[in-house]
Amino acid sequence: MIKAGIDVGAKTVKVVLMEDGKIKAKAKVLSGFDQEESAKEALEQALKEAGLSREAIGIIVTTGNGRKAISFAKSDVTEARAAALGAVFLYPAARTVIDVGAEESRAIKCDAAGKVLDFAVNEKCAAGSGAFTEAMARALEVPLEELGPLSLKATQSIPMNAQCAVFAESEVISLIHSKTDKADIARAVHDGLSSRVVAMVRRVGLDSELVLIGGVAHNPGFVESFKRTVGLDDVRTAAEPDFVGAIGAALAAAE
Amino acid sequence: MAELQEFWRWTEYTWNNPDIDWRKAKRISAGIDVGSVSSQALILADGQIFAFSNLRTGSNSPDSAHKAINGALKDTGMELSNINYSVGTGYGRVNIPFANRAITEIACHARGANFMAGPKIRTVLDMGGQDCKAIHCDERGKVSNFLMNDKCAAGTGRGMEVMADLLSIPIKEIGELSYQVDKEPPPVSSTCVVFAKSEALGLMRSGWSKNMVLAAYCSAMAHRVSLLLGRIGVEDQFFITGGIAKNPGIVKRLEKELGIESVKTKYDSQIAGALGAALFADTLLQKGGA
Repeated sequence: MIKAGIDVGAKTVKVVLMEDGKIKAKAKVLSGFDQEESAKEALEQALKEAGLSREAIGIIVTTGNGRKAISFAKSDVTEARAAALGAVFLYPAARTVIDVGAEESRAIKCDAAGKVLDFAVNEKCAAGSGAFTEAMARALEVPLEELGPLSLKATQSIPMNAQCAVFAESEVISLIHSKTDKADIARAVHDGLSSRVVAMVRRVGLDSELVLIGGVAHNPGFVESFKRTVGLDDVRTAAEPDFVGAIGAALAAAE
Repeated sequence: MAELQEFWRWTEYTWNNPDIDWRKAKRISAGIDVGSVSSQALILADGQIFAFSNLRTGSNSPDSAHKAINGALKDTGMELSNINYSVGTGYGRVNIPFANRAITEIACHARGANFMAGPKIRTVLDMGGQDCKAIHCDERGKVSNFLMNDKCAAGTGRGMEVMADLLSIPIKEIGELSYQVDKEPPPVSSTCVVFAKSEALGLMRSGWSKNMVLAAYCSAMAHRVSLLLGRIGVEDQFFITGGIAKNPGIVKRLEKELGIESVKTKYDSQIAGALGAALFADTLLQKGGA
């Protein structure tokens, strides 16, 4: 039986199809305005990739901030549960899962079965999420996907005083006016985001068996800065970090 | 092509009292408030308000301070060298080259509020560009306690500017427009201004009018500020300073939520900090410029 996991995120909807503990297909589309419509579209793309018809799907489970908005799903699981299940499935040793998404981020402590033991979440403020880097990329007039690579070229560490994305935008503009190198500003942006994320990790307790997931884990500037801030030489980043939640939802469907 | 309009931009202006002959004054003192968003300079002649300016803060504090004091001096015949003593305050207070001394904006707002609204004021709410402060003071305008939010744009003037730009509505009109709704909508649920922006766009796509979005945003902001005030307590009489005091969309909703009216005066609420600084300068001058 095919199980579908749909992660209805703030920015993108991810679908994963699984059968007998194996991933059959994946798809990702922008969430847009109508989350249900976007979920349908992503599901169809995944079915096409797997060469399957809609009838082949036995069960659909959702997660993500729009998880309740999908009427054709059987049930839903929390983002923390989906993240832990997905991360432990991919990396059985993982005990701390750090999920940095477009509008939310969380640090999760889990056991070998992917069961959530404790978690901390940042949901009310853009300062600890991808929205922060997006706003800063706009202020720097750099495409979002170039912000991370740019920050790796930084030659010095400069402090950012503002935590709030709105205030940080003004600060970035003042830094540009005072002729600060854009690479150094980009690094300061990632350091700011990392310090928010690390604060959450410390709340649940740091375990070296950690794995970074969520769309922001694609950003090499963030990963580098996170390593520095958390004080680890190396940090495991999921291969396809944005799909871990959807994988977790599909695994939850199997239970 | 249409010119790019800056909806957040409020009117900058300068003012002076032509009935005062500053040349006859024994004491000329000035206060300069370099805030994160706006800067004011105010000149007292023998303790009376003679002139002031209310301008946008530039990219650096010394230039903004010079611009502000030159604005206040404009058309008065007075020069910077005629000022006997000046006090700087606000976010950029330590970077005002011509100021004799720097005093925190909390002390200055309380002192200014005491002058503007009288000795019965016990609670001052300063709603500034990048922070919001709830201050308790005594009958002389001396601070006894305060709380502030300077970490988050929610509940500050900057947050309101972001909304003005998003909805393409001049910031001065927001308060009035926010009441042009059939029914008061529920407040926006996001605290963070970045998320409130996405929420506002979503509400408009689902058919809300701009005025309804403004109403929902104003009431969320009023609620947020009331929580800050609630932590310190509101003691009568209550006075609001800073730019947001000019926005009835926030003020009336806040008064309703608190169940207490704020004192209204003829003065521009944005000069409170500079006025307080000038009053401190005047006192220091009388003590011999200590």
